[in-house]
Amino acid sequence: MTVVTPFEGIGASVRRKEDLRFLSGRGQYTDDINRPGQAYASILRSPHAHATIRGIDIAAAQAMPGVVAVFTGADMPDLGGIPCGWQIHNKDGSPMAEPMHPVLAVGKARFVGDAVAVVVAETKAQARDASEAIVVDYAVLPAVSTVTAAIAAGAPTVHDAVAGNLCYDWHIGDKAINEAAFATAAKVVEFELVNNRLVPNAMEPRAAIGDFDRTTDEYTLFTTSQNPHVIRLLMGAFVLHLPEHKLRVVAPDVGGGFGSKIFHYAEEAIVTWAAGKLARPVKWTAERTESFMSDAHGRDHVTKARLALDNDGKFLALHVQTLANMGAYLSTFATSVPTYLYATLLAGVYTTPSIYAEVKAIFTNTVPVDAYRGAGRPEATFLIERLVDVAARETGIDRIAIRRRNFIPADAFPYQTPVALQYDSGDYQTTLDAALETAGWASFESRRAEAAKRGKLRGIGISTYVEACGIAPSAVVGALGARAGLYEVGTIRVHPTGSVTVLTGTHSHGQGHETTLAQLVTDRLGVPLAQVDVVHGDTAKIPFGMGTYGSRSLAVGGSAMVKAMDKIVAKARRIAAHLMEASVDDVEFDRGTFRVAGTDKTKAWAEICLTAYVPHNYPIEELEPGLDETAFYDPKNFTYPGGAHICEVEIEPETGQVSVVNFTAVDDVGRVINPMIVEGQVQGGVCQGIGQALLEACVYDAEGQLVSGSFMDYQMPRADDLPMVSVATHVTLCTHNPLGVKGCGEVGAIGSPPAVINAVVDALRDYGVRHIEMPATPAKIWGIINAGHALAAE
Amino acid sequence: MYDFEYHKPGSIADAVKILSADPDARPISGGQTLLPALKHRLNKPTSVVDLSGIAELKGIRQEGGKLIIGALAKHHEVSESAVVKGAIPALASLAGTIGDTQVRNRGTIGGSVSNNDPAADYPAAVMALDATIVTDKRRIAADDFFQGMFTTALEPGELLVAIEFPVPEQAGYAKMRNPASRYVMAGAFVAKTGGKVRVAINGAGPGVFRQTAMETALTASWSPDAVAGVKQSAEDLNSDIHGSAEYRAHLVTVMAKRAVVAAG
Repeated sequence: MTVVTPFEGIGASVRRKEDLRFLSGRGQYTDDINRPGQAYASILRSPHAHATIRGIDIAAAQAMPGVVAVFTGADMPDLGGIPCGWQIHNKDGSPMAEPMHPVLAVGKARFVGDAVAVVVAETKAQARDASEAIVVDYAVLPAVSTVTAAIAAGAPTVHDAVAGNLCYDWHIGDKAINEAAFATAAKVVEFELVNNRLVPNAMEPRAAIGDFDRTTDEYTLFTTSQNPHVIRLLMGAFVLHLPEHKLRVVAPDVGGGFGSKIFHYAEEAIVTWAAGKLARPVKWTAERTESFMSDAHGRDHVTKARLALDNDGKFLALHVQTLANMGAYLSTFATSVPTYLYATLLAGVYTTPSIYAEVKAIFTNTVPVDAYRGAGRPEATFLIERLVDVAARETGIDRIAIRRRNFIPADAFPYQTPVALQYDSGDYQTTLDAALETAGWASFESRRAEAAKRGKLRGIGISTYVEACGIAPSAVVGALGARAGLYEVGTIRVHPTGSVTVLTGTHSHGQGHETTLAQLVTDRLGVPLAQVDVVHGDTAKIPFGMGTYGSRSLAVGGSAMVKAMDKIVAKARRIAAHLMEASVDDVEFDRGTFRVAGTDKTKAWAEICLTAYVPHNYPIEELEPGLDETAFYDPKNFTYPGGAHICEVEIEPETGQVSVVNFTAVDDVGRVINPMIVEGQVQGGVCQGIGQALLEACVYDAEGQLVSGSFMDYQMPRADDLPMVSVATHVTLCTHNPLGVKGCGEVGAIGSPPAVINAVVDALRDYGVRHIEMPATPAKIWGIINAGHALAAE
Repeated sequence: MYDFEYHKPGSIADAVKILSADPDARPISGGQTLLPALKHRLNKPTSVVDLSGIAELKGIRQEGGKLIIGALAKHHEVSESAVVKGAIPALASLAGTIGDTQVRNRGTIGGSVSNNDPAADYPAAVMALDATIVTDKRRIAADDFFQGMFTTALEPGELLVAIEFPVPEQAGYAKMRNPASRYVMAGAFVAKTGGKVRVAINGAGPGVFRQTAMETALTASWSPDAVAGVKQSAEDLNSDIHGSAEYRAHLVTVMAKRAVVAAG
């Protein structure tokens, strides 16, 4: 009898195992956790962007009902600062400026939202009430909120020891070659743009619970993190000086991160430290307003670029100068974002032979800025793909033709760019062809004419992109200043009856790892999906891990699992060989069945597993019992997903309102494990990209007040702002990891913003507009149209 | 949220008694403005007087040629009411565009009009339709009632009971939403009642106001083209990260034109 089971392995769009609990409200998020005897923390935050703290009077707060303790920075003299995980060096080789980031502000508050004091009380309301009774004597100082203001002569300095607010002045590429290329170029296109600052706004606000066991001296931190082991290392080793074996970090279900939950935040250290001081659990949950003013923001670049071309439109050289806003302090990976995650990608999908990039990182009196979905690669892609469109227009070469002419050809891989990266695989012509076909590029002008009859301005835009993810080879990032390795860890724990528990060092906060990673096991070991569970997010359960960001979970974490499964299969074959009295070399394994090659002698997976744990008939002299293997996998290279995104918009000229009417994404994310999940990841990323391009603006005023400090002023994408996003994949395999996978978590947010803005500029082609800054709001677009009308009237 | 006393009176008289005795007491109906303010600790009332149990504040009826809507009528009720749809379809349709489904099933016309948020929808209708505000003490004409941002003619302790709308020959409303909050960024309500034209503008300025030049133009010719040429001055209009005063001034004309189209 043949038992037919639905295929659940690699390539199957199986439903997400985690969705039952998420969709039925049974997820267990940090704020759902309550510990016996728990007290609540409320953080008093600076209302000023920049102020000297002359004194803090906590007496009234201490006397308030329910107050357990009030702490200020003065109570924490032994704590280290919040560390930065990546040291960048200046052009002259000297290290970046790295000012102390105290857990609670000492002496000065440096942004609106800077933590100044904490109240711990019996209830959340009592903690909040008491925090309002703290009297802080501020002497308000002039503030800087933008990079341009911060580098101006005589600008206020955020840190006294950091002259000119300059964190670093870094470069990559060969300046002399670059200058020579520009000197002989037939055409130079110059361009300036801003990559708008964003507030991450994960659906679940950050939360943290510190717990302390007096009998064992063990601390536990429950936190909304994408990487609990990294938090344990950063907080334990650098801030609280706790050894790892006395500190457990649990990141349970986490409701979205988008990068903002990678970083080690002060609140994690505060609740853990306070739990030890008070010998009782302390819980903090951010209110949405706090999220706006304390979650690390994203993007915020101001860039000047020049592109040199020859007479045929071939790119000869690119020169980029970027000012990157770091905010008031260096967040965990802030320094790497505008350097090694940005400038190294400036070749894009093109053969530009010379690239020279200069990046200055600037301190301002704003929330720290760090990685946000795509982290550096969206900024690079937006610059390149806008620049290419401008170059096409100014050389009179068709937008598609100029791209094709400069593409790295499919037979040129591995391709060494002039900015350090070596792309392993890709096929940009094919993804472009597929996107053009799906989007109906050739018939666009008829749709434009039809829209014009309805009084609408219709435009189409394209972005052809590559990104670098699957972060990252430890030796490479170490040489570039990373203070961590970026391998990943996977344990395959086979149980006696053959079911499997996977322990992964990656963390799922919406991506569907519990399904995708289980599919790897099903595919390789033949165990039904229902018999595979994926465990993540607890340093007490998982051997180690670097967590989830940079679209690394499958490419690095999945590869670690493959290595662990290799060990499992190798051992299981030896057990099978013993049982079948065959040479191990003759034992084949294929999805659940061990067979002596060329015979009908077989053993089932479950029997081997049972034998491993009940080793009555077992090669005990040469093999340990059990079937439980762990592997660390350090990738050989980044992975390089890429593709083409095409956006079609309609603008209502009377109001400037933009509607995205079509969006087509054709992405090469390498081998696809679960097409449904990939589609969802790309759609989500594209929606975030549309949000950045059209809707989202984090705005500070000149005094450093966060003007867009709530959803009343910060426009998150809503369902009716978004089109149906058509997603397709074209696969070229990654050549250096065992799965051939590249990653799909960020491509949507990386490829889409320039496609949207290119479409908006195209829609406005009759109004003499060269560029429109993101977000392209109705008011901005109306301003352009109105100015165009004014020109026409003259 | 700070602590406060909670009262739920059963009559207007009882409610007014509590509110008059305590200047820091606040009435609450749907709570769509007050509750968020309380949650953000932006408001610290000594007591909150829940009006939802007062039958005298409820009901929608047509009487003597007037449409009378009780203060507690929820936006959803107004948008679905056959009486409102029959008398002033533009008002029903306006109510159906306020906030979202959740807001429309909590928020009330009395709360919205008493609050007089410059970016609220109802004040434009009340002003353009020349409605009368009925309180527990008196009757107030719309022109006298709205007195700028979050300010009305209501005195401390005075309670809005109902709004009486004359039934117009024609009425229409159009608005551009603030992209983030989706409150009104610029809106126009146009109405012709008893041969008289009134145009009220909301969202664009610090409070609802009448656009008299548009009223004159529409009186001369009730057509979208008549207002399309009437420019709104940007002076005194709001300017913020979502749009300049000039943009809002432009939108006023566009929305007035669309309101006339909607009025038919």
